[in-house]
Amino acid sequence: MIRVSDNPAIDTAAKLVVVAIGMFAFVFVVMVPLYDVLCDALGINGKTSDTAYTSVQAGVDESREITIQFVATNNDGMPWEFRPDVTAMKVNPGASNDTIFLARNPLPQDMVAQAIPSVSPSRAAEYFHKTECFCFNQQPLEGGGVAEMPLQFIVDQELPRDIKTITLSYTIFDVTDMVNGAVAAR
Amino acid sequence: MCFEAKRLAKLALGPVLMLLSMVSAGVMAAGEKVNEVNMAPGVTAVGQNIFDLHMTIFWICVIIGLLVFGVMFYSIIYHRKSRGVTPATFHESTKVEIAWTVVPFLILIGMAVPATSTLLEIYDVEDAEMDILITGYQWKWKYEYLSDDGENVSFFSNLRTPQSEIYNSEDKGQHYLLEVDEPLVIPVDTKVRFLVTANDVIHAWWVPELAVKRDAIPGFINETWTLAEEEGIYRGQCAELCGKDHGFMPVVVNVVSQGEYDEWLSGKKAEAAEIKELMAQTFTMDELMERGKAVYDRNCLACHGANGEGGVGTAIAASAIATGDLAGHLDVGINGVAGTAMQAFGGQINDVEMAAVITYQRNAFGNNMGDMVQPIDVFNHKKG
Amino acid sequence: MGDHHHGPAKGLSRWLFTTNHKDIGTMYLWFSFAMFIMGGAFAMVIRAELFQPGMQLVDPAFFNQMTTLHGLVMVFGAIMPSFVGLANWMIPMMIGAPDMALPRMNNWSFWILPPAFLLLASSLFMEGGAPAFGWTFYAPLSTTYAPPSVTYFIFSVHVLGLSSIMGSINIIATVMNMRAPGMTYMKMPLFVWTWLITAFLLVAVMPVLAGAVTMMLMDIHFGTSFFSAAGGGDPVLFQHIFWFFGHPEVYIIILPAFGVVSQIIPAFSRKPLFGYDSMVYATASIAFLSFIVWAHHMYTVGMPIAGELFFMYATMLIAVPTGVKVFNWITTMWRGAMTFETPMLFCIGFLVLFTIGGFTGLMLSIAPADFQYHDSYFVVAHFHYVMVAGAVFSMTAAVYYWLPKWCGRMYNETMGKTHFWISFIGFNVTFFPQHFVGLAGMPRRIPDYALQFADFNMMSSIGAFIYGASQILFLYNVIATIVAGKPVSDEKVWDGAEGLEWTVATPAPYHTFETPPTLDAKPAHA
Repeated sequence: MIRVSDNPAIDTAAKLVVVAIGMFAFVFVVMVPLYDVLCDALGINGKTSDTAYTSVQAGVDESREITIQFVATNNDGMPWEFRPDVTAMKVNPGASNDTIFLARNPLPQDMVAQAIPSVSPSRAAEYFHKTECFCFNQQPLEGGGVAEMPLQFIVDQELPRDIKTITLSYTIFDVTDMVNGAVAAR
Repeated sequence: MCFEAKRLAKLALGPVLMLLSMVSAGVMAAGEKVNEVNMAPGVTAVGQNIFDLHMTIFWICVIIGLLVFGVMFYSIIYHRKSRGVTPATFHESTKVEIAWTVVPFLILIGMAVPATSTLLEIYDVEDAEMDILITGYQWKWKYEYLSDDGENVSFFSNLRTPQSEIYNSEDKGQHYLLEVDEPLVIPVDTKVRFLVTANDVIHAWWVPELAVKRDAIPGFINETWTLAEEEGIYRGQCAELCGKDHGFMPVVVNVVSQGEYDEWLSGKKAEAAEIKELMAQTFTMDELMERGKAVYDRNCLACHGANGEGGVGTAIAASAIATGDLAGHLDVGINGVAGTAMQAFGGQINDVEMAAVITYQRNAFGNNMGDMVQPIDVFNHKKG
Repeated sequence: MGDHHHGPAKGLSRWLFTTNHKDIGTMYLWFSFAMFIMGGAFAMVIRAELFQPGMQLVDPAFFNQMTTLHGLVMVFGAIMPSFVGLANWMIPMMIGAPDMALPRMNNWSFWILPPAFLLLASSLFMEGGAPAFGWTFYAPLSTTYAPPSVTYFIFSVHVLGLSSIMGSINIIATVMNMRAPGMTYMKMPLFVWTWLITAFLLVAVMPVLAGAVTMMLMDIHFGTSFFSAAGGGDPVLFQHIFWFFGHPEVYIIILPAFGVVSQIIPAFSRKPLFGYDSMVYATASIAFLSFIVWAHHMYTVGMPIAGELFFMYATMLIAVPTGVKVFNWITTMWRGAMTFETPMLFCIGFLVLFTIGGFTGLMLSIAPADFQYHDSYFVVAHFHYVMVAGAVFSMTAAVYYWLPKWCGRMYNETMGKTHFWISFIGFNVTFFPQHFVGLAGMPRRIPDYALQFADFNMMSSIGAFIYGASQILFLYNVIATIVAGKPVSDEKVWDGAEGLEWTVATPAPYHTFETPPTLDAKPAHA
């Protein structure tokens, strides 16, 4: 046993201080990253990966069709018009699919948006692969501008057979201040 | 001393007796639903299962409670110094200790089995016949019926109880605080999947009789479902503290027959078409003021006050915005004010309503601008 | 206090600079009582507004500030410091130590508390009002949507967290290093045991709370996005971190209460505590389980089913060690020779009401049923049964039990018993009907409610006023005892009481056990 001090009380106290500091650090270095890992693994909140899927699926499963619903939500204070081009499509697992979301900035000033995806049912999240998504990056749009934002995805062949409908929701946030703040801080 | 103990026994038993009366009182109060003392089994199979589970555990607790308190009160009555007893000296018994560790454990296993199966049922959202997106806002709900053909029906559901009832200047109605301008309508005997999310802070959508409670989390969607087996109107509330008017955002669900539902839905679609028509119309000042007051009371009053005097929001009476440049006023209404509680109403109310409420704000509460806003102005403003 | 060399200093500086465990304990106890009155006043505002349907006295925004401050002040200002105060007074006397191990730190850990609460209370007068997001302060209501006073709230949480950590370190250091020769761990009184375990819990989880509020601070002021989806964060992460702290926290509140009850019931049953060893193990198991059940506060956030099941099973397990404790207390009473002085009455009240709170806790642990209970008044009733009838009742019992030892004067027994009965009735009239309205569908934290809940709410409010008023009687009784109570000089105030604290003179001298006591072979708890 390491002794910090000859005074046993101070020795105990010093060790406990280390424990306390350790627990404080634990929140930042363990809990936060661990939560992210668990979210990815378990699909907590229907979170999907924030990087492009690069693997290749072995063929297309023609035997079943999955309905994909698209939902768009504006977060508080986000004035953009934001909606899916089609509200639903039927896809085969393993096949690559394309769709777009439409956005329009009604304000005169330039803005930056960040779309956050969420999949329901959440256990489908790990089988929903995006090969290209506007949610991977922040999306700037000039005042009054319109944009067609592309999404390309593959539903994994391993998707449990009882899942027949997957809903993909995007919530769009105004991050203009966040981006500008970052620039100002630099 | 003896008298003391009897009183203690009687009074301590009070809660137990009250607990026992829960069930009988619940039966008596059924129907009128005042002073209800127990959970509602509701109108869904899941709700019934939850209720059964609740009652099973309740009775197990009552039985254990009676045994434990029975032993305790026996001891209190008979093992008292005033009866001249000599205290025993025993202070351990491994056998007894093992027994009262193992027995409760077995009882818990007995509880866990039905609990697990009900939970699995709640989590089975597959095979829903329709999907509704529920979005929590400070402090109202938005319902959006998802369709495959691109024409989603959506609307906001606001508290309908007038401020005069809340602030006691008028008698409170039967459904005080549990009434909305537009209820959610779903068909009976249909599995409905709810996707739940929020616009700002965390809310929770709760209807006890449908046995549904789900947190609405900004940025993410949650899923749950219901299958109502009886037509009727079911009322609930937001269950997660979401700010000032958390107590004032009720949920009302109208469960109707499939036929009525179809009729309602086509009515909703017709209404949307009608609004499109209204957009092209030109209104008189009186018409705008009348519509505007209704829109104001529903959407603005909570923050800006019944007389535009302000509150959480700034005052509208004599405000620089409402008595200033029209375009600026429209901009605030449509796009909100970043960093404040003033939301962007452009996506929440239609252009007719926006035109009316802006006109109203500029010509009520002593504001006397005399100008009018027509739906087409709002449309053009939105287009930029 | 014959020995002038070691007597207390005179005047205000005695209290400001004291390193004496008894002085510091006294200050903790008075401070926590002041906070109890303040938190109680907030509760009275809440119950007055809820007396009838409709908004009468306060506006909804202020109501939310009241519920928030009531929770924060009661948990962090009243209950926790009161047990720290009790620990300061009693632990050295129970283990035969002359003082706490780190007396100067002891002084600091008390004196940083009052400023922290002054700051928190002053937020009521700030622009935008006091924190109004509930004592659980879920993001983003407490970050993006918080009033400006949230920064002061964060600061005061940091300070009181620091105070708790320092206090706990001191307690652990004392118990581990200052026991009298022969006072082995398994001879320690149960109050010392429960506090030792509590202190470890505190050292482990208060930094977690500090971490959570630090993240809030960073999100609010430094542009990070721990809890905001927009920048890749998640509001649910906040709840996980908060309850990782919050669940052990509720055991931090109740474990010392278990300790108190385990001292008092044997004393008035005139019979040794039944199952001392199993009590220690049960306390340790509860403490361990408290770290793996946090998400039962979040059954409705939409966790994966596997998580939901895990947390449900783990939570149900807590019933086992808690049951063992209740059974042990009752078996201690069994075939004893009981008398029912005020401390014993409060302990029996504790036993009955805490058990009811335990039953509702078991009901709440059942995840599917919790979909109906969650965030309703059923939960409010449940946690007041464990916090008020659990922690506050046992704390009150402790004051009546040890007050004669502290000040050498006997309290007025009739007044004490009256206090108990008014409290007991007032408490039940307040909180029992809340089970009903909760089951019938009344959400918590609402300033106004539907008409069907009106009668029970009025009953609840009347009960709350009765319970609140009974505390004035308590205050009067304590002051009257200190000033003019009947002097006691017996070392053993209660004939059935056991333990080292009853071997010193009455009133307890300013310094005790300057030479360690010698223990006989008999364990101190027997």
